[in-house]
Amino acid sequence: MLSIKNLHVSVEDTEILKGVNLEVKPGEIHAIMGPNGSGKSTFANVLAGREEYEVTDGEVTYLGQDLLDMAPEERAREGVFLAFQYPVEIPGVSTSHFMKTALNAIREHRGEEQLDAMQFLKLAREKMQLIEMDEKFLHRSVNDGFSGGEKKRNEIFQMAVLEPKLAILDETDSGLDIDALRIVANGVNKLRSSDNAFIVVTHYQRLLNYIVPDYVHVLVDGRIVESGDKNLALRLEEQGYDWVKDNDAVTA
Amino acid sequence: MDSEKKDIREWYQTAFADFENTLNGGASLPFHAVRKKAIARFAELGFPSTRNEDWKYTNVAPLLKHQFQPVTEAPDIAAESLAPFLFKGLDADRLVFVNGVYSEALSSVSNLPDGIILDTLENAFTTHAETVTQALGKTVSYEDETFSALNTAFARTGVFLSVPAGVVLERPLYILHVSKTDGREFLAAPRNLFLFGDNSQARLVEGHYNLDGGTSFKNSVTEISVGAGALVEHIRIQDESKEAFHFATTQVEQATGSNYTSVAIDLGGTLVRNNLNVHLAEERCEAHLIGFYFGSGRQLIDNHTMIDHAVPNCESNELYKGILDDRAHGVFNGKVMVRPDAQKTNAFQQNQAILLSDDAHIDSKPQLEIFADDVKCSHGATVGELDDESLFYLRARGIGEQEAHAMLRLAFARDIFNYIKIDAVRERLEELVVERFNNKA
Ligand SMILES: Nc1ncnc2c1ncn2[C@@H]1O[C@H](COP(=O)(O)OP(=O)(O)OP(=O)(O)O)[C@@H](O)[C@H]1O
Ligand SMILES: [Mg+2]
Repeated sequence: MLSIKNLHVSVEDTEILKGVNLEVKPGEIHAIMGPNGSGKSTFANVLAGREEYEVTDGEVTYLGQDLLDMAPEERAREGVFLAFQYPVEIPGVSTSHFMKTALNAIREHRGEEQLDAMQFLKLAREKMQLIEMDEKFLHRSVNDGFSGGEKKRNEIFQMAVLEPKLAILDETDSGLDIDALRIVANGVNKLRSSDNAFIVVTHYQRLLNYIVPDYVHVLVDGRIVESGDKNLALRLEEQGYDWVKDNDAVTA
Repeated sequence: MDSEKKDIREWYQTAFADFENTLNGGASLPFHAVRKKAIARFAELGFPSTRNEDWKYTNVAPLLKHQFQPVTEAPDIAAESLAPFLFKGLDADRLVFVNGVYSEALSSVSNLPDGIILDTLENAFTTHAETVTQALGKTVSYEDETFSALNTAFARTGVFLSVPAGVVLERPLYILHVSKTDGREFLAAPRNLFLFGDNSQARLVEGHYNLDGGTSFKNSVTEISVGAGALVEHIRIQDESKEAFHFATTQVEQATGSNYTSVAIDLGGTLVRNNLNVHLAEERCEAHLIGFYFGSGRQLIDNHTMIDHAVPNCESNELYKGILDDRAHGVFNGKVMVRPDAQKTNAFQQNQAILLSDDAHIDSKPQLEIFADDVKCSHGATVGELDDESLFYLRARGIGEQEAHAMLRLAFARDIFNYIKIDAVRERLEELVVERFNNKA
């Protein structure tokens, strides 16, 4: 589904990703862990199409297409979804209008019929219930004045509405209390199927208790230096990153 | 003085002589003497240059290249052609003017509450001669300013509205100006007089639209008197052709405890100058001056506002927002005068612009003149761009770049539109600006 080869990315002439390799197949969950500043969000944002990041080398193939050649909206319409580490507040745009516009753009791309306001509202309400969010958030401006946890839940709400094929969750667990963590994990597990895949960026084992990864990768200084199964996450939790820091890059 | 200015000044003087001949009986009414004085005054004043502080950022030279003909008759237009300008679901009384000339056929007015006078100014000159003679020109003098002089000289009609004390206008009044030039460059000088009695309430919607993209010169003057405790909402939508010259002066006089809100939306015009002056003449008044403009191409949109806090305990709240693309030029000049007596004044002013292109620019001049010491006054001006983070967030959800742009621009204007309490008007306007954004995204 996703094949990343030797990905190099720079921001303002500083190289941040220094040759990342990753293969993701449908149905898989990959966890990416690593110290602060190691490039996890850069990686996630590059996949979503953020333009400030310059890809200086390497290639990314998604469902047989050159992902790097696609505009952010094209990627989203093809099923790529990024749950932002820091969701953006957009005063003046209501959550329901935002999501209805997004969903209809994606549906149009898939050749499906547009949802009218009533149909959308029905769907949105169901998804809100799924993640135990109050309906009133639909009428509020996107993330405007939301608490940290509410913003993270809103990301999962959006994911639930858009039903992506490849969802990248960038520290969606940070800032969540235990209940919210369970709810977010439920949201992910509900969407999980043999057709779609997840890349879960996290610092903590606790999310991985709910969303059990098939693979765990450790990103240090722009390289994946260790890959393993779910037990790797447990070891990192106990021992920290020091023992992997000096490893050479591996091919995941 | 350069010769072009002199020639064009003479052009309007000659045009005035022709215009007089078309007035028939109108030339024998007392107001005609005022017109004559006004044209004489205009000849003395001439058109302003950019050396004039009030016109520092707005060069009227392009206006002077045209010889606009005063309108005497309007072309026939089909009722259906008004459809784009009628707000779906809006239940309003409607007065329609075509090229500045009243059209009875296109207008529709229901049975108004007792005592309300709603008529054309032309009729009111005879039917309500005394009231009109007393009130007209009381607050806007042809003596002081060229465009007011020119309006007074060529004022033929407009709206006369008088709402008696305690009367509430249930339905909004929609004053719709459409223009259709048929290649003829015309001058229209609408002159409006709105008198709101004590504790009366009314909502006015004023629309200025064009049907054929031609060049015209609309130069209007509106005098508004808001009685004690009266509540008036005044929405003004200017969506003229991109070739139109649009000059509008609105003077508001507020009595004790009155509340006046102006929401001015400017989308059209090649050269637009709005003067909005509010005189808070008695205590406990509230004035809200709200505006949004979107300029593209080489449009120039100039909003000059003046709030005169003449007495204590009044509140003014001003918020103007603009989006400028291409080589468009915005001007905001917000003068707030707090006179020595006007203690306990609250005056808030905010002016924000978003520039979408390197060649677009805004001249923003807050002008606070505060002569009282116990006051709360604040002002702020910001110039920015659309937020890249927000744009990426929308696009990362599948929303196309152009649509994402339009959403963010509308979001920027949202708090302006929220001042429009008539749902049908607000909703249509939001659609309209999104259409404008998308023509030019
Ligand atoms: N837009 C940017 N401009 C400049 N530097 C940037 C930018 N984005 C990221 N960086 C730098 O790139 C490096 C990697 O940042 P990134 O956000 O990808 O780390 P991360 O692994 O997600 O960290 P965290 O765990 O704290 O979220 C950091 O040194 C950061 O300062
Ligand atoms: Mg990060």
